[in-house]
Amino acid sequence: MQFGVFTVGDVTTDPTNGRTPSEHERIKAMVAIALKAEEVGLDVFATGEHHNPPFVPSSPTTMLGHIAARTENLVLSTSTTLITTNDPVKIAEDYAMLQHLADGRVDLMMGRGNTGPVYPWFGQDIRQGIALAVEHYALLHRLWREDVVDWQGSFRTPLQGFTATPRPLDGTPPFVWHGSIRSPEIAEQAAYYGDGFFHNNIFWPQEHTRRMVELYRERYAHYGHGTPEQAIVGLGGQVFMRHNSQDAVREFRPYFDNAPVYGHGPSLEEFTEQTPLTVGSPQQVIERTLGFREAVGDYQRQLFLMDHAGLPLKTVLEQLDILGEEVVPVLRKEFERLRPAGVPATAPPHPALTRKEASA
Amino acid sequence: MTTATGPTAATPSSTAVPSRITRITVVSAGLSSPSSTRLLADRLAEAVAAATAVDIEVVELRELAVDIGKHLVSGFPSPALRTALDAVTGADGLIAVTPVFAASYSGLFKSFFDLVEPDALTGMPVLVAATGGTARHSLVLEHALRPLFAHLRAVVVPTAVYAASEDWGGAGRPGDGGLAERIPRAGDELAALAAGRPVAARRTGKENGEKDLAAELVPFEQHLARLGG
Repeated sequence: MQFGVFTVGDVTTDPTNGRTPSEHERIKAMVAIALKAEEVGLDVFATGEHHNPPFVPSSPTTMLGHIAARTENLVLSTSTTLITTNDPVKIAEDYAMLQHLADGRVDLMMGRGNTGPVYPWFGQDIRQGIALAVEHYALLHRLWREDVVDWQGSFRTPLQGFTATPRPLDGTPPFVWHGSIRSPEIAEQAAYYGDGFFHNNIFWPQEHTRRMVELYRERYAHYGHGTPEQAIVGLGGQVFMRHNSQDAVREFRPYFDNAPVYGHGPSLEEFTEQTPLTVGSPQQVIERTLGFREAVGDYQRQLFLMDHAGLPLKTVLEQLDILGEEVVPVLRKEFERLRPAGVPATAPPHPALTRKEASA
Repeated sequence: MTTATGPTAATPSSTAVPSRITRITVVSAGLSSPSSTRLLADRLAEAVAAATAVDIEVVELRELAVDIGKHLVSGFPSPALRTALDAVTGADGLIAVTPVFAASYSGLFKSFFDLVEPDALTGMPVLVAATGGTARHSLVLEHALRPLFAHLRAVVVPTAVYAASEDWGGAGRPGDGGLAERIPRAGDELAALAAGRPVAARRTGKENGEKDLAAELVPFEQHLARLGG
């Protein structure tokens, strides 16, 4: 089981003091959060990709390359990489390059993106979202596995005798997750390729997450990659912790009430009851997270959203201390104890990482 | 939401398929209690029940007003709103009644139907009705309600019913085209369409986030086969 953080990279005013960080501050804060994640023993840092304010991470491999140079063990990932509006050729090249620089500590998560104008800004049409995800990923999959590719499709210029460089590290492409909240087509896509399926699991009732994961597991087995239990599942989560749960609720409420995505809607109490958001003590977070396993089965990656809605960096770093010191060690032990033999503990690691572990 | 069985439920008329009870869901957007919108809704439901064997469920949007606002903001329904949405999409026929606000359906009425999944009302027989202070707004049925349900690909019955305050005092003489005449006619029209609707056309009523993912799955080979090139 891998544990980590994923960030949207929003620049949001702190509702408690009206202060808005600059883009520069926010970008540096994201790096500080990644470094902290490694320091407290988390496994994964994943960044979103956005091309509109108030979000800063438009260039994920630039950021992840920088973090790669300043960390030793952290797996660098995305949440998500826009498979619809990016050129799959450029994704193939950028992430292969990152893989080399990070010595294999790279995977990525494909997503479609739901901001309408981004599609035409990048020459695409949001109504073709699923078709773009299917065609672009089919090409990307080949570019990483075939040295010379001849290809023709609907959405980009044809390729004749094309070789994406550099080739993936040791000939093994980065592991790919496919993220989707409510499109069964994407669960089906992940199952078809034997890739991982990640459910963001933040804004929707848990029953919905459970049904999407169940579909993915069934189809993963259908396509002959293993049993349903062996399918590679990742979940999101969202927590805010203090040792006294009442303190957590008091401190987080103004951020919740004004959060860009769900603020000014349901109350904090309703939202924590109806969705996986947990605001309380470390013990409550442990219990809730173990509950995810009961809903979707043994899974391989848990990412937490820790740094949104205008929370100051100092608070986020404190949250990561609690997560790394008090929550994740217990969860690691429990998930490992409960995991049946034959169910993988993580997504397949890159051979370079396995070698590193063997020589350590 | 309340459930009631129509007065003639035990004696199905000739228009009904004998083996089943027609499910009618009534959506009433009246804000006061008692409300003339609900009064009209109940009269229409009784008219449908007089024509065929029905189970009637009533969704009072007033009780769901806050939940509707929260769903618009958060993207998912509360359990109570989910039940109401399922009752609408899972019905054989719909009676939709709104007060006229600012020359159209009320915002609450529109917000509720904004939350119904696209395609979930395709082919659904719908009886539209509205209430207002004067008869001057009666065409709201034709320029606002009928186009809304046409957009949702529902089948709106020919007779739409408008009740102005003065209509509640109408004498109801034969041939005057008043409420006493329009309500049974509209009820008959909805009963015929809803009762005659094939069982196969029935939705599960789970279109709002609970649909059967596996049943609607398109195998990935078909996605790949559709690609150009």
